[in-house]
Amino acid sequence: MYKYIKKLTSLLAVFAVLFTFANEAMAAKKSKTLKNTQKKGFVRCGVSQGLPGFSNADAAGNWTGVDVDVCRAVAAAVLGDANKVKFTPLSAKERFTALTSGEIDILSRNTTWTLSRDADIGLTFVGVNFYDGQGFMVRKDSGITSTSQFKNGISACTNIGTTTELNMRDFFNSKGISYEPVAFEKADEVVAAYDSGRCDTYTTDKSGLAAQRTKMTNPDDHIVLPETISKEPLGPVVRQGDAVWEDIVRWSLNVMIEAEEYGINSANADMMKTSENPQIKRLVGSEGELGAAFGLDNDWSLRIIKQVGNYGESYKRNIADTGILPDRGPNQIWTKGGLLYVPPAR
Amino acid sequence: MKLKKILPQLLTLLFIVLIFGFFTMNAQENMDTRGIEFGFGFLTQEASFDIQFSLIDYDGSHSYARAYLVGLLNTLLVAFIGIILATLLGLIVGVARLSPNYLIRKTASFYIEFFRNVPLLLQIFFWYFAALRALPMPQDATLLLGSSFMTIKGLYTPAPIWTNFDIFFTTLIVAMILIFFFVKFAKKKQEQEGKQLPVLIISLAIFIGLPLLTFLVGGVDLSFSFPELRKMSQSSYTFDGGMGIPPELIALTLALTLYTATFIAENVRAGIQGIGKGQKEAAASIGLTPSQVLKLVIMPQALRIIIPPTTNQYLNLTKNSSLAAAIAYPDLVLVFAGTAMMQTGKAIEIVGITMATYLTISIAISLLMNWYNQRIAIKEK
Repeated sequence: MYKYIKKLTSLLAVFAVLFTFANEAMAAKKSKTLKNTQKKGFVRCGVSQGLPGFSNADAAGNWTGVDVDVCRAVAAAVLGDANKVKFTPLSAKERFTALTSGEIDILSRNTTWTLSRDADIGLTFVGVNFYDGQGFMVRKDSGITSTSQFKNGISACTNIGTTTELNMRDFFNSKGISYEPVAFEKADEVVAAYDSGRCDTYTTDKSGLAAQRTKMTNPDDHIVLPETISKEPLGPVVRQGDAVWEDIVRWSLNVMIEAEEYGINSANADMMKTSENPQIKRLVGSEGELGAAFGLDNDWSLRIIKQVGNYGESYKRNIADTGILPDRGPNQIWTKGGLLYVPPAR
Repeated sequence: MKLKKILPQLLTLLFIVLIFGFFTMNAQENMDTRGIEFGFGFLTQEASFDIQFSLIDYDGSHSYARAYLVGLLNTLLVAFIGIILATLLGLIVGVARLSPNYLIRKTASFYIEFFRNVPLLLQIFFWYFAALRALPMPQDATLLLGSSFMTIKGLYTPAPIWTNFDIFFTTLIVAMILIFFFVKFAKKKQEQEGKQLPVLIISLAIFIGLPLLTFLVGGVDLSFSFPELRKMSQSSYTFDGGMGIPPELIALTLALTLYTATFIAENVRAGIQGIGKGQKEAAASIGLTPSQVLKLVIMPQALRIIIPPTTNQYLNLTKNSSLAAAIAYPDLVLVFAGTAMMQTGKAIEIVGITMATYLTISIAISLLMNWYNQRIAIKEK
């Protein structure tokens, strides 16, 4: 008996050593995610379950939206084809687990960048593709035109697992108003419940309110109140631990924004190759070796601009032309008075 | 020879240890590279989110552990109400299914066939959203039973306001203990002298009379606060005072009850039909009345057939209550495995705790039902 225990322990020791080697070998490889993506032939992207303007599927299953365009840009950069993306619709609750568990490689799902999410749960935010803030929607016939008219006992519909839930509490507490939070897992149910009259107000990011308003029975019966109660910088997220992949996603987004800054769009990108401006030439790949830093070819940024377009084109196509938020507000290039200011791609 | 016996066991053990070790190491490794720390320290942190409906005192300044408790109690509440209502309804429908009356029999079987063949989640959505659409806004609500309002924002009923509730409650327990001993005494008396005491009437008298007495002499008092309509804005109203039961709880309980009762009804029917016809005839031939036949001969035997599969239905109902997340009823899954998991990012810990909790609840129900089943089993003499 004793002999067997001894054998058992030595066997266990051997296995333990084997596992350690295997894990070290894995860590040594650079950007496992890029390698896997190229091997699979598509980018695995987590999006919302349907938020017009950000990530929304049409009847044929084609995804559109500014969040979708980030994933398409990455696909154009690393695979050469913006359509090689596999979209996974996720609820607010599932999104981070799906990313950390490796089910998806990019989470581009109107997700707010906060300290605790960035530092605590194994995620890295790579940038901001939409500056937003939380607001309230009410029925027009209520006569409410400002949050200062909210009274005790108001019921507020929202999503679970979002910063919205926390901001809402901060807001109502600071105003000393008692409220009834009614939190659903899916956005569609929130809309249905608010629309039926279950709640007096619907609260989420203002862009979300504008987008969801289009889904109501009578969109004109509802208004979004002017107050913004929080900062919600929304952006794409990747897993911690793959710095190269993180850079690829970050700079794919940055290229879209910088391209707009320099006036490069999907129509004129090819002509810009012969531009006088060295920064424009770098962005369309006719100068410098920018792609090499990620292990990509030099046309990666040109493909993004040609296939997906610059940020302005994406915004116009998805958010302005669909009537969700025609005014770009803070989501304008810094040179035109907005907040979009990205480090130079050089 | 001894070795041959031990070796397979050892190999199995080794296999399990290795599998478990592999998963642990794998999780550890992945969490390390992503900078996630494992630990239960978050439970004492401030939750900072509010919950719509709570049986205990709670707001966002309480801890995550407290939020867990709120979710757990909400789950237990739905399971408890659901089990009781489903059992009652199941019993009635099960007996009705065997009724000699054609209309009753067919109605019962139509109900069973319909409700057990539609997916539960769909039924929950149906009751919730259909009811929401159909119910009036608070200002249009009509009075129910003189003092309650059924509205889209919930059922508002008068809330009891007690003085000296503890005295009343203690008396209630004393009354129950008294009844327990009285029933035992009556049974003994019947066995010894063959004399039947009016057990039900005397028990009821104790149960109602004793607590009532506290109102007269114990200083116990009960008054009600009635819901009152209040205007919040030009078009929205709410109720002040009274007790508000959220529509989410009502819809969920309704759906779970109607769904599970169909299965229980079938168990009841099977149990009754499983008793030989001769039993019934023999009982009738010795002069027992039809209700006595059911109570003294059929049911005690039928229960043995009914209990084990019904235990499964109780477990199903409890676990199915986790579908609450779909319609915003703040149960354990929505509050703890939903919001709390999102805010803390402690997926492994929280899913682990939630699984362990459901396991504990299920095992507790199982043990209770097994104990009851053994108690009513045939005792070989």
